[in-house]
Amino acid sequence: MENFFVMIAAILALVLLIPFYRVYDGPTVFDRLLGSAAVGAKTITLVLLFGVIYDRVDMFVDIALGYAILNFVGAIAMAKYFKSTRRN
Amino acid sequence: MEAIVNIFTVIFVLLGAMFMLVGSIGVNRFPDFFSRAHASGKVDTLGIMLFIIGLMFYNGINLISLKLGLIAVFVGMTSPVAAHALARRALIHGVKPWKRNEKEG
Repeated sequence: MENFFVMIAAILALVLLIPFYRVYDGPTVFDRLLGSAAVGAKTITLVLLFGVIYDRVDMFVDIALGYAILNFVGAIAMAKYFKSTRRN
Repeated sequence: MEAIVNIFTVIFVLLGAMFMLVGSIGVNRFPDFFSRAHASGKVDTLGIMLFIIGLMFYNGINLISLKLGLIAVFVGMTSPVAAHALARRALIHGVKPWKRNEKEG
């Protein structure tokens, strides 16, 4: 079971790199924001997997919850910011 | 009993990881911003929720599982809201939706 979680963590760490291309190469700034939100979503699962691997889920689960809140507030704050600016 | 729990854990975690892989590929491959928002908002949410359900099976019934379920509910509520807010703001900001070019078929 331990080996399975380590393998899944390795796979997720590789999958994490795919939306980074969208952050790097997005035509608009919204593509970059969407890519960063996707990266954050995968980071939540990676943090939980580290908790399971190190047998400290009780600590890492709070970190994951904080990261989820941070991800959401970041996206909403950027959406509100682009409401208040003119088009380019 | 433990073997059954482990089987459910493996199934749900693998499903979640697969959905996250599909969502990542979709974020890269779709042609415009709105279809990318669709891929990221739906598929990633489903992936995280399945993944966390798998970890809840692994942990058994205790307070940690309750917190994991809380994260699943929170992500299930906020991730589509964030994707929708970004897509709506992009539409107002002037990003054009993609249309199939008739010359290319």
